Amino acid sequence: MIAMLESVGPHLPILIVIIPLLGSLLVAFTRSGNLAWLIASLSVLPLPVAAVLMTMSVLRTGQPLVYEMGNWPAPYGIVYKVDALSGFVLCVVAAIAAVIMPFARKSVATEIPSHQQSWFYALYLLCLCGLLGIVITGDAFNAFVFLEISSLSSYALIALGRHRRALLAAYQYLIMGTIGATLYVIGVGLLYLTTGSLNFDDLAVRLAEADKTYHASLMAALGFMVVGICLKIALFPLHVWLPNAYAYAPSFATTFLAGTATKVALYLLIRVLFSVFGVAMVYDRLPISDVLVVLSVAAMFIASVSAIFENNAKRMLAYSSLAQIGYITLGIGLANIHGLTGALVHIANHAVIKTALFLALGAVVYRIGSAHYSDMAGLGRRMPLTMGAVVIAGLGLMGTPGTAGFISKWYLALGAIDAGLWSVVFLIVASSLLSVIYVGRLTEVIFFREPSPRAMAARDPPLSMLVPLYVLAAATIYLGFDTRATAEIAATAAGFLVGGLTR
Amino acid sequence: MEALERFATHYNYVVTVFLMLSGLFIVIARGNLVKKLIGLGLFQTSVYLLYLTPAKILGGTPPIYDHHFKVYSNPLPHVLMLTAIVVGVATLALGLALVVRISEAYGTIEEDEIFEKDGQE
Repeated sequence: MIAMLESVGPHLPILIVIIPLLGSLLVAFTRSGNLAWLIASLSVLPLPVAAVLMTMSVLRTGQPLVYEMGNWPAPYGIVYKVDALSGFVLCVVAAIAAVIMPFARKSVATEIPSHQQSWFYALYLLCLCGLLGIVITGDAFNAFVFLEISSLSSYALIALGRHRRALLAAYQYLIMGTIGATLYVIGVGLLYLTTGSLNFDDLAVRLAEADKTYHASLMAALGFMVVGICLKIALFPLHVWLPNAYAYAPSFATTFLAGTATKVALYLLIRVLFSVFGVAMVYDRLPISDVLVVLSVAAMFIASVSAIFENNAKRMLAYSSLAQIGYITLGIGLANIHGLTGALVHIANHAVIKTALFLALGAVVYRIGSAHYSDMAGLGRRMPLTMGAVVIAGLGLMGTPGTAGFISKWYLALGAIDAGLWSVVFLIVASSLLSVIYVGRLTEVIFFREPSPRAMAARDPPLSMLVPLYVLAAATIYLGFDTRATAEIAATAAGFLVGGLTR
Repeated sequence: MEALERFATHYNYVVTVFLMLSGLFIVIARGNLVKKLIGLGLFQTSVYLLYLTPAKILGGTPPIYDHHFKVYSNPLPHVLMLTAIVVGVATLALGLALVVRISEAYGTIEEDEIFEKDGQE
């Protein structure tokens, strides 16, 4: 057993991408939804183990894990590289994907026609493969290919929603997503033309030399890449595709995408800004920091206000996601250690919290077939366990002390103070108050209103749905007290990223 | 004169940028879902030119070592664009499949008519 582990160990970086890829192929050949679910679960479960093993080894040795494809060394071949940052995001994505698997079987069985179920799982695994690939690859063009693998499969996942608006939402996402990915690849092309390299680390070294002759092209490349990635992140005002895509996609797809897809795009933004260009080069020449901070604050407020006036719980959470993405980009824009730590911690914490909330809504849709406030009225008495978890995760979303959300906002506020932006500290608190209103409105609907006719017949969902929900709800509390797993690794990664700037 | 010379020497880039902008303009300005996809295809295709223009050397051959040939084209951008073409085809196919489904569900592929139909519910 140990001998086997030792022989597998060096190949973990490629296995974490290959396993879901092969799994999706296998699943595509099955015809029964249950069998497809079983194969998908078996191919997803090893991934968090692999991610954690790799991250632990990186943290122990302090050296990044580098996997050379076909033994071609770094600038010539494609390498997969795990450092503190990518290990952290890998753990988040793989863990979320694994935790929600038990929930999938019954939710997918009710929402997806039986002949499409195996395709649904195949798309899910492909999407996961693409997301993990973006995080682990050390090659700019390879990241584009993985970006398109994950995007194309997520368009199809969204289009499988029951309402016909799901088709239009998927179409709009396809247009926006493709424009974003193409802008990114234009930026990569300009970088390649000026430096002759595609490897992230090699690019970082060669940029200083290229900057002397091709300054304008490099700034154009940076602009193209940032705008392209921000379309994928759904940063305000490039967010219009997100609320409909999340609202009309099948519950399981929404849960998965809300927790992972935007987070991976955020990872790519951090990678490009900090590892490739380096903050000194980015923030002195172009006002990216100011633009990011202003847009983030706008996202925090405008999306929160939209969430307050929304009557569909799924859309409400989608708008809230936009606001939370604002917090993360705010931390990136602050570009100091505390701000970046806050951004990274919030990537993990928001993934946990929002996945828990969307899981709960998935359970509601499973029981009453709708996520409208009018149908959800009075559900608190009929589905007490589910709604209890909603309250816990909702507290986390607001950033109440003692939950995960508080930790990330704390670091963000520290980052804003370090940057000397006192007004931003005030705005973080003010926008948290807005989240109190929209979470409060949801709580009011489910606990204090007369049960709707649909809610009368509802009861708590089966154990396979409650267990993942409570694992995530418990994580929301746990990560609010024990910050070793999140804040410490994030601080290490942030230290590397900000430290790399002064080279 | 200098401007004309710049235009002549950067002819390919001018075409690339023109295609890029017209593709993006079609995506934004047209309400017909198929026309939007055509614009998107144009936009993606312009990127191929951006990569290939500096990679291809006139009279250059594929980089296969032979003493008859001295000038080689850079193969890497060609390979990259081969991948990008596959991605573009997949995107276009998925987009068209979605338009077929939208046309079945709504009976139209004009964006404003679709929004009107959704508004009536």
